[in-house]
Amino acid sequence: MKMDSKATNIVKNDLVDFTLFLANSSLIMGHRLSEWTGHGPMIEQDIAITNIALDLIGQARNFYQYAAELINDKNDKKVTEDDLAYLRDANEFKNLLITELTNGDWAKSICKVFFFSVWQFYFYQKMVYSKDEQLSAIAEKSLKEVTYHVKWSGDWVIRLGDGTEESKRRMESAVEDLWPYTGEMFVPSVFEVNLKNSVGIDVSIIKNDWIEKVKSVFKEATLSLPNETWMQSGGKNAVHTEHLGYILAEMQFLQRAYPGLEW
Amino acid sequence: MNHIEQNIKQTFSDEEEKIWNILKEVTDPEIPVLSVLDLGIVRDVKVKDNKVEVIITPTYSGCPAMDFIGMNIRKTLAEKGFQNLKITHQLSPAWTTDWMTEEGKEKLKAYGIAPPVGKTFDKKYLENLQVECPNCHSMNTKVISEFGSTACKALYKCNNCGESFDYFKCH
Repeated sequence: MKMDSKATNIVKNDLVDFTLFLANSSLIMGHRLSEWTGHGPMIEQDIAITNIALDLIGQARNFYQYAAELINDKNDKKVTEDDLAYLRDANEFKNLLITELTNGDWAKSICKVFFFSVWQFYFYQKMVYSKDEQLSAIAEKSLKEVTYHVKWSGDWVIRLGDGTEESKRRMESAVEDLWPYTGEMFVPSVFEVNLKNSVGIDVSIIKNDWIEKVKSVFKEATLSLPNETWMQSGGKNAVHTEHLGYILAEMQFLQRAYPGLEW
Repeated sequence: MNHIEQNIKQTFSDEEEKIWNILKEVTDPEIPVLSVLDLGIVRDVKVKDNKVEVIITPTYSGCPAMDFIGMNIRKTLAEKGFQNLKITHQLSPAWTTDWMTEEGKEKLKAYGIAPPVGKTFDKKYLENLQVECPNCHSMNTKVISEFGSTACKALYKCNNCGESFDYFKCH
């Protein structure tokens, strides 16, 4: 089907792809976590996880605004941050697969936040030194927020892992479910390879930091690292699990049904 | 004004100083006792050829108050006769609670919110902090959640008076 949206006709380049990869990952992670609103195990933690969602959506906005700026610079059609978030289909989303997976129980959501936040933490720590001023500024800003996300989720991994028999069982099952989705975080896509010596970062070098951090929290949580296993991939190349379509349908419904609606 | 503490340039024209003074009246919608200057989010004020530019920096990426604050600045300045206005959002250097004025911290405390403890360059802020209860001033308090009623605050409880309270996180 031919898509008739101004957002589809964009000039592709590595920087746009890279910025959208970060925008998409933060948006989908944030939107998924926002599903906990009103459903958290207790009000304080309900508020905590939805505040994390808010931080992520704020970071996504910064990336989307920048991506729109880059696209408009090379294109007559004026694209907005909203077009990029609400009018593109799954085959144009480059988010990491782990972000689109369903929330599952509290342990699985915690484990998702922990794996993703630790990755973001080391990623942004490197991106602060990007030669692209705006990417560096967004990284600097986001890093402060992510530092709290790592602490909060890490504390919960320990609490559940080193908790009751039931909480440990749930945490172990979450780790097992999510582990295969951590591989693609450290395998650079084409646009990452092209940018790694200029404005991007070399993701393969943060893998070790990520493993060490996970190991140290797991040790306190009396959890063990899974054995080496086959890793899922595809997110960065816009090949997704079945879950992304559903989340986009929910998120984009209003803009699709009532184009240009504001509130 | 605390330009020195907040690393802001020192020399302004009369017109610019006038705007800085007006900005004292613009408050944070979530914490109405704090002005945008107490918060330290105004980075610069420029007046050139009758055009006014106010540069602000967001506290948190997703802070819903930012658009509102921008609107309030615009409205307040417009009421004072400044018509040609531009509000610019600047991300870097990233806002830090270190830029909050001492006066602002006192106002927070009086309002019932514990102000940030320590400075961000001292990473101890991520460890367990000694936060003073804004109600009974006891140091015997504990964290309940790293995230409180807004992203910028954590929820604490005082073991002495039993009240729970918001703590403005060091950030």
